Amino acid sequence: MNSQTKATNLQGGALQKNTNVSKPVSMASKKKWKDAGLFTLFVGPVLLAFTIIVLIPFFTGIYYAFTDWNGVTGNINWVGFDNFKYLFTEDKQFQASFLLTAKYTVVAIILTNVIGFALAILVTQMLKTRNILRTVFFMPNLIGGLLLGFIWQFIFVKGFASIGQITGIPLFEMAWLGDAKTAFWGIVIVSVWQGAGYIMIIYIAALQNVPQEIVEAARIDGANRWQILRHITIPMVAPAVTICLFLTTASSFKIFDANLSLTNGGPFKSTEMLALNIYTEAFVNNRYGIGEAKALIFFIVVAAITVIQVMYTKKKEVES
Amino acid sequence: MENKYTGKTFIVEILAILLGLLFLVPFYYVISNSLKPFAEILTNTSALPKVFQFENYVNAFEKLNYLKVFSNSLIITVASNVVLVVFCSMAAYMLVRTKKKISNIIFMMFVAAMIIPFQSIMIPLIKTAGTFGLLNSIWGLVIMYLGFGSGMTIFLYHGFIKGIPKELEEAAIIDGCSRFGVFWRIVFPLLKPITVTIVILNSLWIWNDFLLPSLVLQNPELRTVPLATFFFFGQYTKQWDLALAALILGIIPLLIFFFSMQRHIIKGITSGSIK
Repeated sequence: MNSQTKATNLQGGALQKNTNVSKPVSMASKKKWKDAGLFTLFVGPVLLAFTIIVLIPFFTGIYYAFTDWNGVTGNINWVGFDNFKYLFTEDKQFQASFLLTAKYTVVAIILTNVIGFALAILVTQMLKTRNILRTVFFMPNLIGGLLLGFIWQFIFVKGFASIGQITGIPLFEMAWLGDAKTAFWGIVIVSVWQGAGYIMIIYIAALQNVPQEIVEAARIDGANRWQILRHITIPMVAPAVTICLFLTTASSFKIFDANLSLTNGGPFKSTEMLALNIYTEAFVNNRYGIGEAKALIFFIVVAAITVIQVMYTKKKEVES
Repeated sequence: MENKYTGKTFIVEILAILLGLLFLVPFYYVISNSLKPFAEILTNTSALPKVFQFENYVNAFEKLNYLKVFSNSLIITVASNVVLVVFCSMAAYMLVRTKKKISNIIFMMFVAAMIIPFQSIMIPLIKTAGTFGLLNSIWGLVIMYLGFGSGMTIFLYHGFIKGIPKELEEAAIIDGCSRFGVFWRIVFPLLKPITVTIVILNSLWIWNDFLLPSLVLQNPELRTVPLATFFFFGQYTKQWDLALAALILGIIPLLIFFFSMQRHIIKGITSGSIK
């Protein structure tokens, strides 16, 4: 319903503007009509889908965050800020999930970027196998988080046990997914294994844009490899670093699939990240109102990260 | 120049290869164990299979209803790509070429919505989708992918179309071609590079997506590959022989896609992320 009116409004809006400027010549007015019709034809379909799928749920979601909706009955009562009060004072699991997600995001950003950058440096050397290595490092990224989580579930449960048995290294003999601490690192390992190759691709593109003459000049002036890396390469790829930092921030904060398939939040909800916590609240506990309140907080955090990113990148662009 | 292959480079190469092998270890474990009988997986996890047997695959193939879930995934991915490319390229073209305030407003709306994480609207989405009859249907899911993918797709097309000179189209219009014809015959073919990027990015996303189809498709007959794998794991917990074969069956289409389009994929990711 909304979308329909939207489309006509849009057409009307375009028209209104036109009639303001155009003289009342019948030919011209006919053309305006035709233009508005074309505009609707070209933009309308996707705008309609977008309205139904994104806009309406987004705005009704904000409303549901202030209700006690349980998703099943049609009974929806306005409860004001009660849901938020509950989240910040009583819901210890939500607070724990929030902190855990923040901690995970920081760890994942650092490791993914450092390893991705190191891999990029490695495969831009004059290696005979560099092309095949790029493929190998990138490959985990193709596979979705859900399947990756299952692959690693097997590695942690059976693979590690077997390696532990053969080598006797205590690190492999632990039940990684059975303990809150190691299960957390398990998720980190999976996401770094998946994400480093992606980040590597972006860093490779940036590294290839570093002019070789500058590197050559520095070498002639007696700079060693480390000095070249520190004072030439890293500053030259700084814009790519910004892109990668924010890419990994957003994707880490939103982690869901690997979390679900690797640990499913366990043991005892100790590795339940924010997205999984929202999912459980709504679709397992059937508390849609509270789930939506969490989702709204989640949105605000993600939006804040993105806005800071865009502002930062724009500023950098102006400077350079 | 530095292009000499020295002893030092050789050492770096050896280290790099070792690191590459380390990256592949998980694949080794999953593939080699998927070829073993259950008892052998438990006793000899790290060794190569004594006999290569494909029984697990035959079983998993049947129990997963693989042909069905594979074709579901394929239909969803292809159809979503088609509607995304068709409707978003048209919309982006019109938004670039119509120099009106409304174009800017609509474009900004699409871009701004890219910020919204899926989890923050999934709960009301299911209700809205129910109202519009989009639940439990592959076509409903395709419309949802059109909605969720429109932000990025329009954004990428918009940026690309801005760089296309208008003169070509004007000449065609003088020759009596309609706006519709101008777009499909002249503009759309020029968009090919960005279309390839868009199709790759959207295909990887849609093929691998789990959460949205899990909420939309309740009917087991409609399950996609990730969904079927998920339920399979739930049903056959700790039956690693079947589970691992199912995993490999889920990964194979992605590997085929990757190796047939490797160059485009790398290029697509680079250009997609930098924008």
